[in-house]
Amino acid sequence: MTTTAVRARTEATAGRLPGAWVLGLHRGALEIRQFFRQRDQVVFTFAFPVVFLFLFASIFHDAVRGAGVTASQLYVPAMMASGIMSTSFQSLGISIAVERDEKVLRRLRGTPMPPTAYFLGKIWLVLFTGVLETAILLLAGTTVYGVDLPSDAGRWFDFGWIFVLGLTACALLGIAISSVPRSAKSASSVVVLPFLVLQFVSGVYISVNSIPDWMLNLGALFPLKWLCQGLRGVFLPDSAKVLEQAGSWEFGRIALVLAAWCVGGLALCLLTFRWKDRRQG
Amino acid sequence: MTTDANGLAVDVRGLRKQYGDVTAVDGIDLEIRRGEVFGLLGPNGAGKTTTVEILQGNRDRDGGEVSVLGADPASATRAWRSKVGIVWQDESAPAELTVRETVRHFARYYPRPRDPEQVIGLVGLGAKADSRIKGLSGGQRRRLDVALGVIGDPELLLLDEPTTGFDPAARRRFWELIRTLADEGTTILLTTHYLEEAEELADRLAVVAKGRVVAEGTAAALRDRFGSEAIVEWTEADGRPRRERTGTPTRTVTELAGRFDEIPGLRISRPTLEDVYLRLTGQENAR
Repeated sequence: MTTTAVRARTEATAGRLPGAWVLGLHRGALEIRQFFRQRDQVVFTFAFPVVFLFLFASIFHDAVRGAGVTASQLYVPAMMASGIMSTSFQSLGISIAVERDEKVLRRLRGTPMPPTAYFLGKIWLVLFTGVLETAILLLAGTTVYGVDLPSDAGRWFDFGWIFVLGLTACALLGIAISSVPRSAKSASSVVVLPFLVLQFVSGVYISVNSIPDWMLNLGALFPLKWLCQGLRGVFLPDSAKVLEQAGSWEFGRIALVLAAWCVGGLALCLLTFRWKDRRQG
Repeated sequence: MTTDANGLAVDVRGLRKQYGDVTAVDGIDLEIRRGEVFGLLGPNGAGKTTTVEILQGNRDRDGGEVSVLGADPASATRAWRSKVGIVWQDESAPAELTVRETVRHFARYYPRPRDPEQVIGLVGLGAKADSRIKGLSGGQRRRLDVALGVIGDPELLLLDEPTTGFDPAARRRFWELIRTLADEGTTILLTTHYLEEAEELADRLAVVAKGRVVAEGTAAALRDRFGSEAIVEWTEADGRPRRERTGTPTRTVTELAGRFDEIPGLRISRPTLEDVYLRLTGQENAR
């Protein structure tokens, strides 16, 4: 090999590196495409809340005494909260653990892709699937189970920030928990078990007025309980407040807890996120 | 030529890496010139992969100076990463995407990528461009990995045992690809434990064993330096095969010619690179 065969590289290296925002958009499109091609993922994170809404809201449909709502109506905001957590926490927790185990993350780290673009891509995926999931559940809730859409703008505003804060907090927790499983195979159980337990103690499957206080207090440490409560406040009539632990919707406290989880979750991610597992260096 | 003054793409001095009590790399020096194909040869566990991972910027080192394209890989920038192509020992592409989608997407990460279609053709995946990655064979996945390694048009390509698990025909095709890239001026560092591969591709090679470089040079120079003796083989009159290692094979043959009319089963051979390699890496008894 003579030196004359070496290409003039000065020009080739002068090109500009593509920006994180644009790459984030491309990654988002790719993430969404990948998500919907993985049938088991779609069933697991996307179809579960819809199926559960249908089951629970059809089995339990009696009027709840003194609350002015039916059991079916209670299940609609509960499953919406569960769907938000499923498309963020569960989806990211499992998929990032798998990508780490299968060395997709290491491969990305070996390219000039800015790390921000990866996370932007995940945000787009979570937003897209979260909005779609919520829309499907809301459509089912209003058409089949007699939930009324809020008529005043204030409630829609509440819905907006509850959705955004809840989705963000759960997504950050999902990214954080993705570092826990040691392999792709164990990812589902490591992520799904705590999620399942949380759903029981946060009032998703079982109405908050029938859960023991100590369990509710445990659930209150995590975002899902507050997400459920906030969505009930948005989509149920005020008469249903009597079922709440505090006897009110507590929007202020919900905002505080969810925002605190966003900050705490971000800190947790920054501290624990790894592009490689230990074996990969 | 851009970053460095001395014309070296890779300059490593006294590289060291420990894993607990095990010393994986024990003072390796390497100099790889720009435009060169350099082979890092050694048995499993010799420290090849660790060395390459440090050069990639994917592993910390415990000691030594490392300069890759004029920069320390431990503090790799995006600009630096865009000039270094990596092909890992094990494949790692997203299974649900097609070959074309993946190559096109990775091209976006680089300031001046190669044409994705051309790269897909270069690695011989043209017919599989629209197949999902999960449906590819092992050899096809390795070729996709190579495609992703070269899509950014790197100045330096680091290949860690790229042909492990290839069938002979796929290996030949892969060699062609490496030659094409080398002819275009890409500097290539390739680790392998296939002698034939190193001899076929590398301008120069270094033999590593137990974390150290035990020999370095062109394949021919290594053979001459470490294997100047010839082996003369023949069959005795009583049918016993004989084998003699000698520095003066002509004399041996002349002497034999006096005893036989036609020397039965005569064979004179120089040690192969493999013989030299096995002796250098202390695996001589493996034969």
